[in-house]
Amino acid sequence: MRHVLSALVMNQPGVLAHISGMLASRAFNIESLAVGATENAELSRMTFVLNGDEKTLDQVRKQLEKILTVVRVIDFSNQNFVERDLMLLKVSTDGGKRGEVHELVDIFRGRIVDVGATHVMIEIAGQERKIDAFIDVMRPYGIIEMVRTGRIALLRSAVASHEADDDRLTPEPPPEATV
Amino acid sequence: MSVESKPRTTHTVTNGADILVEAMIRQGVETVFAYPGGASMPLHQALTYRRDEVRTILPRHEQGGVFAAEGYARSTGKVGVCMATSGPGATNLVTGLADAKMDSCPLVAITGQVSRKFIGTDAFQETPIVEVCRAITKHHYLITRFEDIPRVVKEAFYIARSGRPGPVLIDFPKDVQLEKTTEVVDYDPPIQLPGYRPEPRPVNMAQIKQILAAIKRSHKPIIYAGGGAINSDASAELTEFAKRTKIPVTMTLMGLGAFPGSDPQSLDMLGMHGSAYANYAVNDADLLLAFGVRFDDRVTGKVSEFATHGKIVHVDSDPSEIHKNKEAHIPVIADLREVLQALNETITDDDLPEIDDWWKQINQWRTAHPFSYRDPGNDSILPQAAIEELHRQTASRDTFIAVGVGQHQMWSAQFYKFDKPRHWMSSSGLGAMGFGLPAAMGVQAAHPGKLCIDIDGDGSFQMNIQELATLVCEKLPVKMFVLNNQHLGMVVQWEDRFHAGNRAHTYLGPVDHPEARGQGSGEIGVTYPNFTQIAAGYGVQSRQVRSKKELPAAIAEMISTPGPFLLDVVCPYQEQVLPMIPGGMTVKEIILE
Repeated sequence: MRHVLSALVMNQPGVLAHISGMLASRAFNIESLAVGATENAELSRMTFVLNGDEKTLDQVRKQLEKILTVVRVIDFSNQNFVERDLMLLKVSTDGGKRGEVHELVDIFRGRIVDVGATHVMIEIAGQERKIDAFIDVMRPYGIIEMVRTGRIALLRSAVASHEADDDRLTPEPPPEATV
Repeated sequence: MSVESKPRTTHTVTNGADILVEAMIRQGVETVFAYPGGASMPLHQALTYRRDEVRTILPRHEQGGVFAAEGYARSTGKVGVCMATSGPGATNLVTGLADAKMDSCPLVAITGQVSRKFIGTDAFQETPIVEVCRAITKHHYLITRFEDIPRVVKEAFYIARSGRPGPVLIDFPKDVQLEKTTEVVDYDPPIQLPGYRPEPRPVNMAQIKQILAAIKRSHKPIIYAGGGAINSDASAELTEFAKRTKIPVTMTLMGLGAFPGSDPQSLDMLGMHGSAYANYAVNDADLLLAFGVRFDDRVTGKVSEFATHGKIVHVDSDPSEIHKNKEAHIPVIADLREVLQALNETITDDDLPEIDDWWKQINQWRTAHPFSYRDPGNDSILPQAAIEELHRQTASRDTFIAVGVGQHQMWSAQFYKFDKPRHWMSSSGLGAMGFGLPAAMGVQAAHPGKLCIDIDGDGSFQMNIQELATLVCEKLPVKMFVLNNQHLGMVVQWEDRFHAGNRAHTYLGPVDHPEARGQGSGEIGVTYPNFTQIAAGYGVQSRQVRSKKELPAAIAEMISTPGPFLLDVVCPYQEQVLPMIPGGMTVKEIILE
């Protein structure tokens, strides 16, 4: 089963090395790990996506909590949270396909951030499902290079309306592109 | 000339090294095991100014220093302190830090580091020791700012001793050691550890009632007590609880002494080389009271088959131990001592289990399969008998025992009965050979005047034999009881059991000797090396014994001789540690002879 854990850690040198070393030495299989600043300059947030049973998840969480520079670990399993992934990718536009690509980028609410003679660079953010679908759509044009941040996530407030979720507005990928 | 040799009595300027030493003294440090070098010289200079308050013991190898600090810590419960220079000095501490982490031993290790401007340049004697030690310390610091020194020291000692104890490393660059100040230093700055909450959780009375209900319902309960019982100082409470309920007690290698080993209610050690009766009892039990243990593979064998016939109550202060190796039915995250206090206060006569039949069964097992060894029918000294004789002659005194790793360690655990906690020092989780002599040295430093014995094997003993010099020069009268069988006995035992006796580098004498290929007569002739000559070279009194008849007098001589003494006890190498449950197997596969 897939789980998302979020850890607030002290913003100090070596913390990432400590955590990734612990995960590796205990043979925990991590699907993605994203690190970044938070509203508090002394803390960073790490978001982990991992696959495993409840027992593995329990150990990962406890072993993380045991590291002194880890201040808090939040398990998002069975909770209502927003998760996002950011991707940059270069897609070939050889053969006059720039228009087509641009149209698909618009449908997926991505942005073209750089234009070359034979390719464009696209920025796209969203849930993993949407990013994966977009990759499928772009593949026929020729993906030259791509990079993803790994997932980041935050809990929704208990009273938040789902209306505020922009993912609801994400269109289904056009049928012809997914075939 | 006379001016230069005048002892320096005043020392007014304060530098970083002085601050660290002062901060350490304020944490109650009285003894430091420290080996100097370029990057730690300022620390040693600072230590000399405080020699009336802190005893600095110079080991002959940094590993000896860190094991000595462990012996000090294990036998007192206080934080042990060791110090080394950068690079090789620091890497020589690594085994000891890993050992302290595995056995939850409170330790602060201070290493010199190259000056900040050289860090990351592959400078002379530079090692990124914090990187090396991340996974084998409870926490670690690289001091990068002068003003952080008092806080780092305060935090390091707090972390080492609180919660589940462990080793903390402080890496201290030389330029920060030498930085000077004339300002007043705040030695009690606020701690900055928002992610560290070691305070034990309050005992949940609902769980106490659950445990008592489980005890009342049980017909075959057993207590399985480990190092946590010793670290939480729960010995008295554990004994009270066991005596009140009459529940049998078995202990792990780390737990020996938590309950009196010579009490008939003790089933001795369990696990791979534990007693048959303890292993049978755990296997048959309908209630396993796991107190301060971690279901280590050397205890459980095949973990899925371990203690499957009943409920498991698991009490530990470290949440990550609960359900790690074995699912508990009643998981209790709390301080063991507080849990036992609550149990002792709450229990009524109505809660006591009816276990007379259970004791009958256990006593049958105990009579059928006691710890035993065959009588050789000649004058050779069996190692088990040697340890029994040592116990007989020392049991009435407050004796501390440290051991190396191997057969002699297991026989000591089986045949030396420990009646008090913190009197048994064994590298248990890591199994680090060479632990015994330096650990005994640390124990002796903490307990002047007490009888401190290193029971060792000839393999383990040689791994830190250089500490003989420390015993003499630092006036530490440790007694060394070396069971010398010229082999790495534990590996030989496995060779004989599982590899058709093929000797694979387990003979410790010359390679051209037939024993090196397992083709000798089986007799031990002239031993190699000559320990009594080595001892003489170091100024240590010694004697070799080969005859059973001579042994009691030789032990008496060892004990009564002032100063360190090495008793080289020649033993046959054919003896095996039994019982034995081979790794990954179950109690059904127990080898009894």
